[in-house]
Amino acid sequence: MANDTATATPDIAIAATSARDENLEALTRGIWRENPVFVMLLGNCPTLAVTNSVINSLAMGLATTFVLVMSCMIVAMIRDFVPKEVRIACYILVIATFVTIVDYLLQAISFDVHRALGAFISLIVVNCIILGRAEAFASKNSVLKSSLDALGFGIGFTLACLFMGVVREVIGAGSFAGIPLFGPDFAGWSIMILPGGAFFVLGSWLLLFNWLAARRKRRPA
Amino acid sequence: MNTPSLMIFIDACLINNFVLALFLGLCPFLGVSTRTETAFNMGLAVTFVMLLTSVSAYLINLLLNAIGAPYLSLICYIVVIASSVQFVEMVIKKYSPALFRALGIYLPLITTNCAITALALFQTSRGYDFIQCLAFALGSGAGFILALMLMSGIRERLELSDVNPILQGTAIALMISGVLSMAFMGFAGMGR
Repeated sequence: MANDTATATPDIAIAATSARDENLEALTRGIWRENPVFVMLLGNCPTLAVTNSVINSLAMGLATTFVLVMSCMIVAMIRDFVPKEVRIACYILVIATFVTIVDYLLQAISFDVHRALGAFISLIVVNCIILGRAEAFASKNSVLKSSLDALGFGIGFTLACLFMGVVREVIGAGSFAGIPLFGPDFAGWSIMILPGGAFFVLGSWLLLFNWLAARRKRRPA
Repeated sequence: MNTPSLMIFIDACLINNFVLALFLGLCPFLGVSTRTETAFNMGLAVTFVMLLTSVSAYLINLLLNAIGAPYLSLICYIVVIASSVQFVEMVIKKYSPALFRALGIYLPLITTNCAITALALFQTSRGYDFIQCLAFALGSGAGFILALMLMSGIRERLELSDVNPILQGTAIALMISGVLSMAFMGFAGMGR
């Protein structure tokens, strides 16, 4: 993370076209190349805990994305007024406010999903992805760029949650978002729904990505 | 809620282990579990902060309910946890510089440990009384130490063994956690 903050030059110095490029770069970086879950290994707790079905994964991803984008926007707005010594405390307060909003919003929209996610909605407040982006990017960049960066990382996190949720629900319960896939005779691997399965699925995804990376390195071009 | 305190302790420590069954506090679990000694110290620090947090969250909750503002609870918990970690840090630095150096960066990082926030949230939503809160905090802390020690023991052995290069690092750590988590599922029959 130190690299991208170091290379971020002041907005004035950049020509119009390269500014657009940089905005695009800020948006896409978080989705795949620096994916918060698979590459940077941040925010593992919710990724493992609530991804036992597709719906839960999606809800968790969207809630986190909302908090991430809103908090980074506010943090970028107040970045010039906050004294350096108390910045972390200020960021946490901003984040906690939006998490409380999301908590009550989700309760109003779908009480079932809220109950399934339980304490993990409130626990978005201690998700390292959010504080990490606020501290490493939003506190040093313009509002627009910070929002795009936050959106990218939010999408990346949502994708990672879905990667987990789809595998666990399809193998564990034989259904996709509640719709049965394999007919009534399918016996689900209940281990996939249980806590142990979460560790195995995330471990297997990392294994797959490591394998792909190793193969690409062996055969360049 | 009349669950005996001993039951709460066992439940938080073994049956619903914070790390292996509820996925809380995974960052230190994967990050600090390479050496047994550091893992144990980290576990102790977390347990101590858990106790402090549990007591303060209990008092905050009484206060917030008295003034009718329960929606402020999350914000208050976070502020209290951050300040109690700061407090612990200052005390340790003053009275035991050696321990302070051993814990290093992990001490301030306890602030963003989700296990601690979750402890405050769970004890509120389950309506524990003061003694039950203490048992819950102690049990969770003991469970955290247990998981960390088991993991670090395995990882110390693992360093000597020949692991396939694409599986090295976090991937193998997650697989081991999966096996540990399955083992802890055996305790599930003990509750209720």
